[in-house]
Amino acid sequence: MVAHLVRLKLTLLRNGLRSSVWKVVGLVLTGLYALFLVAMCVAGLVVLGTQDDVELRRTVVVLAGSLLVVGWWLLPLVAFGVDSTLDPERFRLFALRRRHLLTGLSLAGLVGVPGVATVLLGGASALAWWREPVALVAGVVGGALGVLLCVVGSRAVTTLLAPFISGRRFREVAAVLAIVPLILLGPILLGVTAGLATVADVLPDIAVVVGWTPVGAPWALAADVGAGAWGAAAGKVGISLATLVVLVAVWDRALAASFVRSEGGTSASHSGLGFFDRVPATPTGAVVARCLTYWLRDPRYAASVAVVPVMVLLLWFLGRGGSGVLGAGVLVAFVMGWSLSADISYDHTAFWTHLAAPVDGRVDRTGRAVAGLLVGGVAVLATDLVVLGVSGRWDATAPLLGMSLGVLAAGVGLSSVYSARVVYPVPKPGDNPFSTPQGNSFAVMLTQSLGMLLLLVVCAPTVGLGIAALLTDVVLLDVLTLAVGVGTGVAAVVVGIRTGARVYDRRAPELLQSIRSFA
Amino acid sequence: MSAAPDPPALQITGLWKRFGEKIAVAGVDLTVPTGSFYGLVGPNGAGKTTTLSMATGLLRPDFGQVLVRGQDLWADPLRVKATLGVLPDGVRLFDRLTGAQLVTYSGLLRGLDRDTVRDRTADLLRTFDLADDADTLVVDYSAGMTKKVALACALVHAPRVLLLDEPFEAVDPVSAANIRDILSSYVAGGGTVVVSSHVMDLVQRMCDHVAVIAQGHVLAQGTTDEVRGSATLEDRFVELVGGRRTEGALSWLRTSSD
Repeated sequence: MVAHLVRLKLTLLRNGLRSSVWKVVGLVLTGLYALFLVAMCVAGLVVLGTQDDVELRRTVVVLAGSLLVVGWWLLPLVAFGVDSTLDPERFRLFALRRRHLLTGLSLAGLVGVPGVATVLLGGASALAWWREPVALVAGVVGGALGVLLCVVGSRAVTTLLAPFISGRRFREVAAVLAIVPLILLGPILLGVTAGLATVADVLPDIAVVVGWTPVGAPWALAADVGAGAWGAAAGKVGISLATLVVLVAVWDRALAASFVRSEGGTSASHSGLGFFDRVPATPTGAVVARCLTYWLRDPRYAASVAVVPVMVLLLWFLGRGGSGVLGAGVLVAFVMGWSLSADISYDHTAFWTHLAAPVDGRVDRTGRAVAGLLVGGVAVLATDLVVLGVSGRWDATAPLLGMSLGVLAAGVGLSSVYSARVVYPVPKPGDNPFSTPQGNSFAVMLTQSLGMLLLLVVCAPTVGLGIAALLTDVVLLDVLTLAVGVGTGVAAVVVGIRTGARVYDRRAPELLQSIRSFA
Repeated sequence: MSAAPDPPALQITGLWKRFGEKIAVAGVDLTVPTGSFYGLVGPNGAGKTTTLSMATGLLRPDFGQVLVRGQDLWADPLRVKATLGVLPDGVRLFDRLTGAQLVTYSGLLRGLDRDTVRDRTADLLRTFDLADDADTLVVDYSAGMTKKVALACALVHAPRVLLLDEPFEAVDPVSAANIRDILSSYVAGGGTVVVSSHVMDLVQRMCDHVAVIAQGHVLAQGTTDEVRGSATLEDRFVELVGGRRTEGALSWLRTSSD
């Protein structure tokens, strides 16, 4: 039974790889990257093992190990739905013993790049004591306990919280909010590093304390054995085992509960026709209304809007409160303009609605572009206003508007061509907006990079002029930036919609066919 | 069929489609007379959905021609699509819209004016028993409700020809009976309906014409009475398609092991 589940996971992995060569390449590259990181860590641990400072070794291993455990426990909540291939819900109809299911799912959790890397790291953590055989053995035991904690804890947390996080609303909101700390990772790390420098002296004390907590105990085992503190070592083993028992019990109970719980969620009501009452009653107007509704209601679109305030914050932080924050509007314009390039991919097979109706490329392209320009325009103007206010550089209004609106329009124009030509796997409607869809290939990444490169080229004159205008006081440059920005923007939108419409008319059925092949 | 003065509602000739190694549709010819209620039956994977996708402009055929009331669909897609009502199977809807918004969207996309769309949307939602859920997101609908709202979208522009892929799947019996009545009166009013289904009994009672498809080929077509002869449609279907196993299959299942 246990072997079955592991084999099932391996089969799923292999069949996934069989469908595309690019996936194999992707896995190999991810594997190599992980291997590189693991090798670096192993080398670091070996070097650490040569140090005579016991306290240093304990501090590094305990803190790093605890981070690893906490990561395993918390990441699945943020990235919910990333790996649902062995979702216990899918086994509810089989007469399986829960004990077997628990063991099988734990082991299956180790199949894959993160699992293998964790096993390697857990084992390698003992290398910090490679000169002391007894502590080395204790380190291996501790590492094994630590890896078990990672896997069992991660399953327990997801299964326990599944009823809360499987509600559509919660999942959507949480997924969008989760991106905020992720984007701010840089500043947070900077802050933490700065903070660490000041608390470096107390880090060893922290490590000692963390070593007594459930997440740190297994990693502290070797240090205690190495120091000959047998009582403390026994305590660490006790804490680790007790934690494991509690986690397994929690997981078991949650799993049992999940098997008798019915599926279902809450539904929200939205009275009236919303945007459909506020647009002209034409096919193009309908497409605009539909896209606007999706920008607000679909978390995959909402996610790109949610990025806006974060970006302002990020630039303000990086610019140390100076004029660097002025770039936020342009950055937002770039992201939102280019985000339209996934529009048909986001429709997924619902795209048939356009295909079955007598809708030509001009209607489809114009509707999507207008919606993108409206939402993007509001976001860009709001950002510009905020950053102008924050920096007090009202003199920069004209070049800033020229740059941000020009970049937005250029992005929308280019996306109008790109999304009529290329569809690629994106998170499906209802999936976590930040999950990595299966089957994304290098070919797609290549076209994406080329598209963005082209966009950069189109934007270069405007942005160049704008930067010059910001750095100097020449009024002519201000006017020129505005003129060139609006000019290239309008041209890009008009040409983009025309070209995109021609491509669409020729290839729309093929787009639907390739979307269906992703499903 | 005697030579009719009007071209048939739908005429498919020599339709082929290949996906990779697999030939899904291998030379399908179908003639759907105007005003007929046409059933398309076949086992799973027979090529029904692929055929209907190519007949509605959703999937480009490798070879072959689709004529809708004498007009070549793939030569002039926009003009022909305006006369078709389509319900595909196994695809998503724009399900972040409410039921009312989704039907409105379909109507507006097909160029109806605002008042017409509003009246017809209300009519359709009431008829399909969805009026109470008009303001609920389609993503929160049950499978049967989703089918019904998709059907409402196919009807909103009063098309001349309806092509429905598995319209009764997951629909409750009362709603199914209502849908049958709607479709029958639509045919009585001169419209043409093509439905695909696994349910032979339903097709035999409902459809006046039928085609049996298996492995990408048309095995039989004509009026329902012609195709089934003296047998029931189900018996005739099994006889045509084959694959019935009676002797020795799962013999161990008879001896219960308790």
